[in-house]
Amino acid sequence: MVNIKINGKDIQVKDGMTVLQAAQEAGITIPTLCDHRDLEAFGGCRLCVVDVKGWRTPMASCTMPVNEGMEVETHSPAIEKSRKTILELFMSNYHDSGYQDGQKEETQFMHWVKHYGLDVKASMSPKPRHIVNSDANPFVFVDLNKCIQCTRCVRACADIQGRFVWSMAERGFDTHPVAGADTDMLDARCESCGACVAYCPTGALDNKMSIGAGKPDKLVMTTCTYCGVGCQFELNIKDGKVIRVTSTEKAPVNGNHLCVKGRYGYDFIHHPDRLVKPKVRRYLLEGKRKEDIREQRVEHSKTNPLISNSPISSPWDWVDVTWDKALDIVADKFADTRSKFGADTLGFLTSAKCLNEENYLMNKLARQVIGTNNIDHCARL
Amino acid sequence: MSNSMDDVAKQAQAFFIIGSNTTEQHPVFGAMLRQAVKQRGAKLIVADPRKIDITEFATLHLRHKPGTDIALLNGLMHIILEKGWEDKSFIDERTENFDEFKATVIQYPPEKVAEITRIPVEKLYEAAEILASCKPMAVIWAMGITQHIVGVRNVMDLANLQMMLGNMGKPGGGVNPLRGQNNVQGACDMGGLPNVYPAYQPVTSPEVIEKFAKAWGLRTKDELGKMKDEEKEFIPNPSREAFILSDKVGLTVTEMMPGILEGRIKSLYILGEDPVMSDPDTKHIRHCLEKLDFLLLQEIFPSETAAYADVLLPGATFAEKTGTFTNTERRVQMVRQAIEPLGDSKPDWWIISQLAKKLMVRISDRVQKEAAHAGWEFKDTAEIMFEINAVTPSYGGITHARLETGERLQWPCPSADHPGTLILHTKQFTRGKGKFMPIDHVPPAEKPDDNYPMIMSTGRVLYHWHGGQMTRRAKGLMEVYGQALVEVNPDDAVKIGLNGKNILRITSRRGSIEAKAWVTDRVPPGMVYANFHFPEASANELTHASLDPVAKIPEYKVTAVKVELV
Repeated sequence: MVNIKINGKDIQVKDGMTVLQAAQEAGITIPTLCDHRDLEAFGGCRLCVVDVKGWRTPMASCTMPVNEGMEVETHSPAIEKSRKTILELFMSNYHDSGYQDGQKEETQFMHWVKHYGLDVKASMSPKPRHIVNSDANPFVFVDLNKCIQCTRCVRACADIQGRFVWSMAERGFDTHPVAGADTDMLDARCESCGACVAYCPTGALDNKMSIGAGKPDKLVMTTCTYCGVGCQFELNIKDGKVIRVTSTEKAPVNGNHLCVKGRYGYDFIHHPDRLVKPKVRRYLLEGKRKEDIREQRVEHSKTNPLISNSPISSPWDWVDVTWDKALDIVADKFADTRSKFGADTLGFLTSAKCLNEENYLMNKLARQVIGTNNIDHCARL
Repeated sequence: MSNSMDDVAKQAQAFFIIGSNTTEQHPVFGAMLRQAVKQRGAKLIVADPRKIDITEFATLHLRHKPGTDIALLNGLMHIILEKGWEDKSFIDERTENFDEFKATVIQYPPEKVAEITRIPVEKLYEAAEILASCKPMAVIWAMGITQHIVGVRNVMDLANLQMMLGNMGKPGGGVNPLRGQNNVQGACDMGGLPNVYPAYQPVTSPEVIEKFAKAWGLRTKDELGKMKDEEKEFIPNPSREAFILSDKVGLTVTEMMPGILEGRIKSLYILGEDPVMSDPDTKHIRHCLEKLDFLLLQEIFPSETAAYADVLLPGATFAEKTGTFTNTERRVQMVRQAIEPLGDSKPDWWIISQLAKKLMVRISDRVQKEAAHAGWEFKDTAEIMFEINAVTPSYGGITHARLETGERLQWPCPSADHPGTLILHTKQFTRGKGKFMPIDHVPPAEKPDDNYPMIMSTGRVLYHWHGGQMTRRAKGLMEVYGQALVEVNPDDAVKIGLNGKNILRITSRRGSIEAKAWVTDRVPPGMVYANFHFPEASANELTHASLDPVAKIPEYKVTAVKVELV
């Protein structure tokens, strides 16, 4: 352990920690932008500077290790003033073209800009330097006018996704992130996991599908519906619709990381193809026997899209019915099959996409109510 | 998985990935493995006929011929024995049948294995040394191992390897199959299998049957025997099965489909599954579904299977209901309702309960309603979970309330005060001692010949999911990957005369598809790789239903095909 003093308070911290981590542990918030706990420290934005006794200039707390007897001031007037100056410098290159961003909340950068009393409109660069929406990736919206060269995208891609799509090109004032050898993200082998968006503190990289979607009414933490890893994320809900998926460090398996399907494959939920009414074939309502009309099904399915009610009246047309009616028809059929041919002529395919509770009920339905072990799902396929 | 994902990613000194395209199929875990290699220098061996993305991070890529996994594993174990690298104390203390197993492995000297697998002898030695010298080493696999007629034997041979090296029951080691679907683990745990009740309690066991009969209000065989004749007369359908739980193992999905043609299956209830896309030999599956007396399909979309349905019930997506999924590491996690079910659609658990209640009225003499869990009145899924707790030993202590407090619960978690189990088999195996199984190489069921000279393997791609019902309705995913691509090696592309053209016709003994070619050395010469995401060019038109005799899993990974220009 190491004994240090922060803002006049004696504290003990673990050896090897940075001053920033020590301050965070002591409950002191030092403004940061390029720093992120999941990423290797970079020390580039200088917003986290602090006064360290014995050092001539303010030091970046995110890269400075603690030392025995160290005395640190985190919010002295001089430090606060240099933070404001740093933000003013960032703002002089920053340009907001006025579109509604695709972020869950105010960006980290805007938070500090406002915190330090800067007028966004007055302090930002009057003209954009880059094309807005400059990359063709369908998920990632690139607006380098908002970039502050913090390199969190570069580090997220390399350290978290392991894909090395982003790097910094050119020098000095012209420094900016590029995908691959300054090409489109997908050409640079981007897997569209969205890590760079999740870690970007300014909205220079944004969720393309959510640009203009607004801020959520609520966030619901849930488990992904795609693969067996079991990532969790927040569904951003507005007016009863999923408008965005955001990752969160609170997710136990995956933290801030997601894949392209988890983060951006959610628009199927509100797709117009969704089945929203119980449907039965017309023949079931007309009391016809399936074996008498089997031939006509092929004809019907050739000329009709999957669910729309067809203009010509065929016994195979889909007809919308009430839940009660649909379930009665099914129950009659199943009970009839069971009494005529025996329980083992019924089969049940349960679903690896459904809940544990639902799978349990399918198992109970087949075994308790019907009396067959003919139950399986797609585990083999 | 015997171990957990974070445990393996943080502690394994080496990974052996065989038959798993981890970065595309379990992307976030795949990224964890990339981080382990890059950030802490863990060794990685990938055995896969294809040059999948994660091979870029591999210390060694073993590009064996499809369907030769057993020969490869036996060859590696042969070298380990030859060098004396096996964990003798683990073998002595924790396992049995080693000598019989050894007698089989001896039959696989490196030269012979090199001939079968086409992996050079020196690479086999290199791989064996990495596997044996890095402890702990974690084996990771997926469908590339299981979707063979020797799927079960492949898995057993991987267990042999891990027992031989003493990597079982240890942090960072273990046997780690990656489960495909979000809740395929849970569907298995909950008794969605023809041979077991929840928690893998066999349907043939009299004790298990008695337990569930008591819980669900069924009569037992004994009770039935004791009934007086006059009592039986009141019961309208006096066949045996009318009253008791069946002790007969049921049919798997791959048996139900052909069972329709044999008249063994008359009616099907399909919940959230799309056999037309996901089952082998699509033409045959269509033919089978056509012949059903009655098909109930409960779905979120009019899938390809919907064409054969008689009734379509609108279920709800994960965003519209609350309950639990169980991930590949046996971890049970909350799914929370975020929006109302769309239109008149309903949560699937509600639909199943309503149907059950209506059926109980029609099959009125079967269930004795006073039993503890006879009923179907559930207010919510938390209540269903209480019933699961009561009859499912490994889920005994897993409740929504505990999960909501943020507890990490991986089964087995038998009681309310049990913390769950991060690593299986730490002290002993389920059967006591681990039994080495002598496993011999068996070639795949379908062999290439003059008419069908190439091998096709199937699987999924990063941007799509299984039969594609969800991802084909996601705009951005379609923009990146909008049609089926068939991977073909540049050498073959030249032979086929693909120059400048790009549509291939792939034909097997069962069918034919036309799809765009992706000329790439991801596949070796003589092999093509196709997916089943798009109905207009689904690989399952070509696959065959040769099954593993135990697991009844089809051999998707080896189909003999002919590839020509369109």
